[in-house]
Amino acid sequence: MTGIINYGAGNIFSLFNNIKRLDEKALIISKPEMLSKVHRIVLPGVGAFDEGMLHLTKNCLSEAIIEQVKKGKPMLGICLGLQMLFENSEEGKLKGLSILKGAVRKFPRKKNLPVPHMGWNSVRILKKSLFLKGIQDESFFYFAHSYYSIPEEKNIIYGITEYGFEFTSIVQKENLVGVQFHPEKSGECGFRLIKNFVKMK
Amino acid sequence: MLAKRIIPCLDVKDGKVVKGVHFENLKDAGEPVASAEYYCQQGADELVFLDISATIEKRKTMKGLVRNVASNISIPFTVGGGIKNTQDILTLLENGADKISINTEAVRNPDIVYEAAKKFGSQCIVVAIDAKKTGKNRWEVYVKSGKIPSGIEVKEWAKKVEDLGCGEILLTSIDADGTLGGYDLELTRTIASVVKIPVIASGGAGSIEHLYKVLVEGNASAVLIASLLHFNQFTITQIKEALRDKKIAVRI
Repeated sequence: MTGIINYGAGNIFSLFNNIKRLDEKALIISKPEMLSKVHRIVLPGVGAFDEGMLHLTKNCLSEAIIEQVKKGKPMLGICLGLQMLFENSEEGKLKGLSILKGAVRKFPRKKNLPVPHMGWNSVRILKKSLFLKGIQDESFFYFAHSYYSIPEEKNIIYGITEYGFEFTSIVQKENLVGVQFHPEKSGECGFRLIKNFVKMK
Repeated sequence: MLAKRIIPCLDVKDGKVVKGVHFENLKDAGEPVASAEYYCQQGADELVFLDISATIEKRKTMKGLVRNVASNISIPFTVGGGIKNTQDILTLLENGADKISINTEAVRNPDIVYEAAKKFGSQCIVVAIDAKKTGKNRWEVYVKSGKIPSGIEVKEWAKKVEDLGCGEILLTSIDADGTLGGYDLELTRTIASVVKIPVIASGGAGSIEHLYKVLVEGNASAVLIASLLHFNQFTITQIKEALRDKKIAVRI
């Protein structure tokens, strides 16, 4: 069973459907005690950094998530869900989950590069893993974000994307994976990633 | 490299697609999903559903349609038409919509843009602007499906909605819309230069050359197309291949 953390702020319906399509049970998680029931966790991302962190701390989910990840339970962070894994963000004042070392920055204003970075962009795969099995180099994924993460540990960077410069679009550290794009909105390639994640133990 | 997006627009009335691909043998209930899947398979980058139902009561059927579409396609889609408050937005997002387009209500009550962007994130709030030319480098915002002039200048309005937190502008030229004579390049280029959020060009596409021009000369991030597809002139695949041959970055 795969748990999806619910913020009450938007679209987790597509994610839920993607998981169900795999004949995998999905549980919408709103309380910390529900986390122990699931085999893996998805931390989706919608809205702003502080609002997201506030929601997690207010519902006592922050500590519980960190504990589960430390125990080795697979977790997938998506978009803001990836950004919240880091220590802090230029978008907000609150501390991130700090499971990964590094910070989150806003895209600089440049000519002809609108922000949010919105739409389909390609990902250069730097390293192979089971999570990335079957994903071709330079595959397109759907992005919708104004901030990007800068991991301190460079060895966790598995994929990068070009938007004026190269930023981190996929990270992996053991059973913890994070993607800046939305796999649940990225057609067959995205579905493949979710399928790979659901196989992680 | 970020691809330029090709976005088909489907008009919806009472929960059914009224303008779109002709599916003669399909039952009404399946039509929105079938249209969505059809465009999705051709390589559409996103979809826009515009609810043109006249009454609030009939708009409620949109929730079911959104749910149905979201269950069957896995590319992003925007829903617009008759959005009045953040509750309307939440309902549509919870049922699977990715972005919400606000037009008339944003002009009547600009706070809705700020509140919605804060609550749901800029990435899912699109402000649709219907623009009519009033003079050299000047356009006026029209509301209520392009019928009522608002007295607001389009450049000013675009900057304001960006400041309020909207993540994208869907810019329609009322003058060009339905003419098949090409996008209003001056309008698109002007607005794309005053804001830093992406601008989706809409209204007037009659050929692939028109798409090329608005993406290159108009600096649009995406193009909304309706008639060009609905009259079966071109498929999305053909459009994308032609654009790729002209060195435009597209997702194929």
